[in-house]
Parts: sequence; C-alpha cells; structure tokens
Amino acid sequence: MPMFIRVEVDPVAAADNDLAAKLVEVCPVNIFEQDVSGACTVVEANEDECVLCDLCIEAAPAGQVRVIKLYE
Amino acid sequence: MRFYEFEAKQLLAKQGVPTPSGGVAETPADAERIATEVGGAVVLKSQVLSGGRMKAGGVKFADTPAEAKAAAAEILQLEISDQLPVSVLVEAKAGIKQEYYLGVTYDAIAKQPVAIFSDMGGIDIEEVAEQHPDHVAKRNFSALLPFSDYKMKELIASLGIGGRELTTLTRIGSRLAHTFLKYGLTLAEINPLSQLDDGSFVALDCHLDMEDEARDLQKDLLAEMGIDADETRQGRPPTDFERRGAQVDQVDARGVAGRVVEFDGDLGLVIGAGGGSLTIFDAVQRHGGNPANYCEIGGNPSVLKACELTKLVLSKPGVDKIAVIMNVVSNTRVDIVARGVVKGVIEAGFEPSDKIVFFRIPGAWEGEGFKILEKYGVEYGDRTVSMSEAARRAVEKLGAS
Repeated sequence: MPMFIRVEVDPVAAADNDLAAKLVEVCPVNIFEQDVSGACTVVEANEDECVLCDLCIEAAPAGQVRVIKLYE
Repeated sequence: MRFYEFEAKQLLAKQGVPTPSGGVAETPADAERIATEVGGAVVLKSQVLSGGRMKAGGVKFADTPAEAKAAAAEILQLEISDQLPVSVLVEAKAGIKQEYYLGVTYDAIAKQPVAIFSDMGGIDIEEVAEQHPDHVAKRNFSALLPFSDYKMKELIASLGIGGRELTTLTRIGSRLAHTFLKYGLTLAEINPLSQLDDGSFVALDCHLDMEDEARDLQKDLLAEMGIDADETRQGRPPTDFERRGAQVDQVDARGVAGRVVEFDGDLGLVIGAGGGSLTIFDAVQRHGGNPANYCEIGGNPSVLKACELTKLVLSKPGVDKIAVIMNVVSNTRVDIVARGVVKGVIEAGFEPSDKIVFFRIPGAWEGEGFKILEKYGVEYGDRTVSMSEAARRAVEKLGAS
C-alpha cells in the first residue's frame, strides 16, 4: 500500500494499449506496466517513488490519470 | 585510499625522496635474506593500515639476520587493529642526529593545499602544534599552478633552518609536494624525516593517502604497484552494519544513500549534502551528542534508498532516535527524502514523531516535504535553522527523552 502517493488510471483509459504504452514510456520511476493484454496497470510498490512530474497526466486525456497526494 | 608504508616509500623513492635501504618480506626467510643484504642492525615493521604499530608490538629491532628472521615470524602473526600484516618491511636501522616533520595536505579553510614543516619530528604533529606551536610552520600553495620550490624554502627557512640542511630539506619537501599534486593525494607525510649521523637525510616513516576519486586517473600507477581496483584499503575491515550500508546504496542507481561508518553512540544520523555530513557529524559531537553512525545522502536518492538507510540506522543496537539533517539541497528533493525517512521509521515499527528527533533539510521541494512531516508530527526546521542549531536541538531532545 502506498503511503504518500496514489496513482489512478480510469479503467477505460487503462484498457487503451497505446495509452498504456505511452504511460510506461513517460514515467521516470516505473509506476506503470502493461499486462499480458497490453492494458495499463499501476505498480503499487513504485507509487511512493512518484516525483510529481505530471508527465502521465499530460500524456493522457484530461482527467484519465490522477495523482493523489495522500499527505494532503 | 591509504598506502601501506612500503608502497608509500616506493612511490616517494621513485620521486627522488631518500628512503632507507631494505626490502619487503613476506616470510621470515625473506626477512633474514634482506637483513643479510642490508648488513648490520635492522628495523622490522608490520605492514598494516593502522597506526600504533610500535605500541602493539608491530615494530621490532634486530642486530643479526637470525634475530630478524625470528622477529619477522612474530610480527607476521600479530594482529593489529584486527588486521594481520600483509608483509614486514625490513630496513637498515639508522643512527639519528635530528628528526623533522614534513607534510602536505588540504587546508579546508583556505581551500588550498598546505605544506607543514616542523623541526620536532617523530611525534604526532597535532601534539607538536598544540604544545610547541613555534616549532611548526605552514604555507598554503595553489593546487592549479605548478609547485614552486621557493615556497618550500620559505617554509623551512621560517623555522631558522639554513645552509646545507635548508637546501636538502627544500628538495625533499618540494618532491613531496610534487608527489601530492601529481598523484591526487589527500595526505603526504614524512614523519620522521631524519638527518642521520653522517648528515644525510632519509624518510624513516611516511604516510600517503590517495583521493578515492583519483584512483581511476591513477590506475596505471596502481596497476604498476600491484594494487587491485577492488581493494578498499580502509583502515579496518567494514563492520556488518557498514556492509549492509553499502548494500543499501546499491539497491538502485538513483543518488547516494550510504557510505555508512559505524560509531558507538546512541543518536542515529541520516545526514548529507554538499559536505554536510562531516559538518553535521562534528556539530552533533560539539553539542555533546554521540553519533551512532556517519552516512551520506545526496544526488536525489530514491524513496526506497532513504527508507532502507533509515531502517538500517534504526536497527543498530543502542540507537533510540534519529536526526535527519542536511545542508540546503538543490538536486536532492526534500519531499523524496522525507517520504523515505518517514516510511523507514514506520516500516521499522515506530512512530515518526517519536523516533525522528529533528528533521532539517531545506531546499528543493521543501514545501511538499514539510507537508509530509506535519502529517506525521515530525519536528522540522527550514533554512533559518542552521545545521549546527539543528544538531543542538537533536542532541537536546535526545537527552530529554
């Protein structure tokens, strides 16, 4: 369970293989992975490493990826 | 990286510094052969990376080759500071007329190298400086420009040395300074530099330390000397705690969170940034604290690294609290370190507000970092709190708990 940062991807957006590949590519700390179907999954163990760069938010359609600070 | 005495003497001899005749013995039979070749009385010295050899019985004298063989056999089996010697240095025993000290190191305040000379050699230079300051002279010089011999001449002449002694000591001192600059050393020391009964000079003992970062530049020299790239050359073998610290730093490639050195105090330290570790460690001691460890954080380590380092420090027996203090950071992020440290404390089974006596890391992303600390009730300071003041508060809070 992350303690500081939770990353959420809208289920419909997560199923988009192209978007999933893009998220994997842009994240500098490997928070995203593609499963066997090519869909995007969040790597829970890496969420606290999020550097708040917002690259995933910019890579996805508005509101489809959310980065939540659990300490606020 | 520290050199064994025999290596330091080989390097100095190569630069033209006179050293005693003799050789390196790996067996008692070697020692007997070298003593025979030297002829006359010899001194045998344990080759360990540690001071206090004389007191520990690692230095012996022998009048005959047979005595040298027996002395070498004893020395080779004698552990000093938990180290067995790699060999025994066998050298001609000299009749000494006068002992001097010559050293070159870095002057952190002047931010330049400094050459130090004393006409009271053979004893600890710090002791001489404290008790006989009029017998110690210093001169700073540039690390960028070629060393000028006149600087050494001025230094030595300032203690009233003249004539042939001045000429010879200047030559030896200049060669020592050249060696210091040429090989990326952090310390080059001859103590004693002895004038023998016949008037000649010889480096009876010496100590050379090479900057770790210079090892790659000096790899040809080190290979020529038979020094393996993997040799750590620390003054003692790493403790289990220190080995685990090195493992923490290897968990990923991001930043540094390691370089752990174990001490026997009760205040765990998670410290670093731009030389901050040394300053903070000293400040903790100056304010009456007893550090349990030294370490370095920098270069924006991952949350995982900061977390693992924190858990390691908290796992040390006798450590009840930790202080997290760094210099003002620019490339290391305050919030990332805060996340790692808080996570480490919680994963170790403790409350951050109880275990972290003080957190002082000002700089990049400090606003986010402070929000995390506030959420977990950790007392923190910004850049208006100096590193020394942060150390003082940490020591005071530990004492009050």
